[in-house]
Amino acid sequence: MSSQVLNGIAASDGIAIAKSYRLVDPDLSYSKTKITDVEAEVTRLSSALVRAKKAVTQIKANAVKTMGAHEAAVFDAHLEILSDPELIKQIVRLIRDQKMNAEAALTSVTNDYINLFENMADNPYMQGRSSDVKDITKRVMANLLGVTLPNPALIDHEVIIIAHDLTPSDTAQLDRRFVKGFITDVGGRTSHSAIMARTLEIPAVVGVQNATATIKTGDTVIVDGLHGRAVDAPNAKEIQSYQSAAADYAEQRIEWRRLKFAQSLTKDGVSHLITANIGTPDDLQAVIDNGADGIGLFRSEFLYMNTDDWPTEDQQFEAYRSVVAKLSDQPVVVRTMDIGGDKGLPYLQLPNEMNPFMGYRAIRISLTRKDIFRTQLRALIRASAFGNLWIMFPMIATLAEFRQAKQVYLEERQRLIDQGTSVGQIKIGIMVEVPAAAVLADQFAKEVDFMSIGTNDLIGYTMAADRTNERVSYLYQPYNPAILRLIKQVIDACHQEGKVAAMCGEMAGDQIAVPILVGMGLDEFSMSATSILKTRALFRRLDSTKMAELAQKAVEAETNDDVIRLVDETVF
Amino acid sequence: MEKRNFRITAETGIHARPATLLVQAASKYNSDITLEYDGKSVNLKSIMGVMSLGVGQNTEITISADGDDETEAMEDVAKTMKEEGLSE
Repeated sequence: MSSQVLNGIAASDGIAIAKSYRLVDPDLSYSKTKITDVEAEVTRLSSALVRAKKAVTQIKANAVKTMGAHEAAVFDAHLEILSDPELIKQIVRLIRDQKMNAEAALTSVTNDYINLFENMADNPYMQGRSSDVKDITKRVMANLLGVTLPNPALIDHEVIIIAHDLTPSDTAQLDRRFVKGFITDVGGRTSHSAIMARTLEIPAVVGVQNATATIKTGDTVIVDGLHGRAVDAPNAKEIQSYQSAAADYAEQRIEWRRLKFAQSLTKDGVSHLITANIGTPDDLQAVIDNGADGIGLFRSEFLYMNTDDWPTEDQQFEAYRSVVAKLSDQPVVVRTMDIGGDKGLPYLQLPNEMNPFMGYRAIRISLTRKDIFRTQLRALIRASAFGNLWIMFPMIATLAEFRQAKQVYLEERQRLIDQGTSVGQIKIGIMVEVPAAAVLADQFAKEVDFMSIGTNDLIGYTMAADRTNERVSYLYQPYNPAILRLIKQVIDACHQEGKVAAMCGEMAGDQIAVPILVGMGLDEFSMSATSILKTRALFRRLDSTKMAELAQKAVEAETNDDVIRLVDETVF
Repeated sequence: MEKRNFRITAETGIHARPATLLVQAASKYNSDITLEYDGKSVNLKSIMGVMSLGVGQNTEITISADGDDETEAMEDVAKTMKEEGLSE
C-alpha cells in the first residue's frame, strides 16, 4: 500500500504519528429474508446478545473508572435490556413463527418499544429512554452483521481519531491520555473539534473531506496540524521526516515556554498586548499558563446557556469577580450577552427568523429587554471594584445603539454609587463586526473608550458569505484588501482619538495577519490562549517600521492571495 | 401466591435506575413475578416491560409472586422498593 497525502484546514498546531481510530458508525443495513433453519437463526441471535453483553460489561467497567459509578449506572440498564426475557421471547417468536431473519425480528420488536417510549408525551424522562433502546439495538445489530462498532471509551493505546465530525458527547468519552490528534471530514478553525484540539493541545486537521473514506482502522497516520495535512499509511521516509519535524516543533514549544513571562515586544521594542479569549472562568488556568497580558474577550454567554432560567445578578457578579480579581491589574474585556444567531436559550422564546445572523441577536435583544441588560450591567459594575474591567457591546451597528446602551450603563452605575456600592474605573467600548460600524469608525472613536474588531463576523458580513456553506466558503478571505482597509480604518480612527484598538477574532492570532496588524499599530491582540506564546515569539522577529511598509502594500494589493505572498516574502 | 400493593411516591416514578434494580432483584428468584398497573400486567423480570408501563408519581401498583420462593422474592422486591425511595 502506498502512502496518501490528504489536505485540510490546520486547526490545531503540532505533529503526531499514531494508529488511526475511526469514530464512524459502520454500515448497519440488512435485507429482510425468509429463513429455513430456525434453530440456527435463534443461536445466531443468542450469540450476538452474548457478545453485546460482553462489550457493554467492558464499557461499564471503563466508565466506572472515568466517570464514576453513578454515571456508569446507565450501563446496568443496558445489560438488563440485553438479557430481558420478554424482549428475547418476542424476537424469537418472530423468528420461529414468521421465519424472519434475526436482523428483521430484532428491528421489528425494538422499534415497537422505541415508538412506545417516544409516545410517552407526559413523561419526558421515559421518552428519553428510547435512545437507550436504539443504542442497544445498534450494538446487537452490529454483532449480527459481524461488523465492529467504534467504542472510544475502550481505547487503550495512542491513537489519532478519524471522524466525519466530532460532537461534544464524542469528545467527552475520549481518554485524553491516548488521543494524539484529530482528523475530520468537515469543520473549520472554529468548529467544536478544532477548539477541543487546541484546548487539549493536540494537533488537528479538519475539513479533509475524504478522511473517513480513505483512512482505514489501524492505518498508521500522520497529522500535521501546522500545515493542515494528513498522511495515510506513510512510508518509512515520510515517518522519519515527520518525526524530525515533530521533534523540531517540540523544541520550538520549549523555546516559546521561555516567553511566558516576557513582554510582548517587537524586534525594535514596540510593546503590544497579547490577551486571551475565554468562554468560562474555567479557562483561566490556560490564560495564566500561557502568560497572557490580560483577557481581550470574555464571552458571557456561558452564564445564560447552562441554566434553566436567567442568571441572577449575584451569580453573574461572582463569575465576573472571580476572573477580574485573578488578573489583578490586567484588563478583562467582558462582552455583554451575545445570544441569538446560532445560540438560543431554553427559556427565551426567540422568533423563527429567515436569517438569524442578521436578525434579533446580541445588543438588539439587550436594548429591547432592558431588564436582562440592567441585571448584567449591575453585576459587571459591581465586579469592576475588584480589578481592571472593560465592558464591550456586541453587534453595534449605529451610534444610536451605542448611546442607548451607554445610557443604561450610566444609569445603573449612578444607582450603585448612590447605594454606596464601590465601583472601579470601567472602559466602555464596542465590538466592531458590523461593517457599518467600521465605516463610521471615526465617529464612534469620539465616543467609545476602545474598539475591538470581531473578524469572524466582520469578514462574513463584508463578503456576504457564510463560510460554513461549501459553495461560497471561498469568499471567506481574511486578507482580502477590502477587509484589511476596514481594519486599518478602525485602528487609525482609534489612534486619532487616543483610544485603544483591539482585535478579538481568529485573525488576531493568525501568522499571516499578525505582521500586517503590527504594521497597522493594533494595540491589543486577543486570541485562543494556546496561540499566545507562538504569537509573542513571532513579534520578536518583526520590525515595526518594516511592518508598517508591509501593511501599506497589503491594503494596496488586489487579492487575498497577493497579500499572503507579500507577507511570505517579507517575513517568512 | 404473594400479593402486595405499593403506592409510588418517587417524583420521577419508576425510572431506569430503580427499574434496573427491581428487575435485578426479581431475576434472582424462580417464582413468576408480575407488576400490575393501570389494568396492564408485565413480567417484573423484564426491564422493557417495567419501563413500558411508564409508572409515574402518586400511582398504585400491585406486585404478585407465585412459586416456591415467593415469600423471599416478595420480601426482596419490597426492600428494593423502599431502599430506592420508590415507595414508603
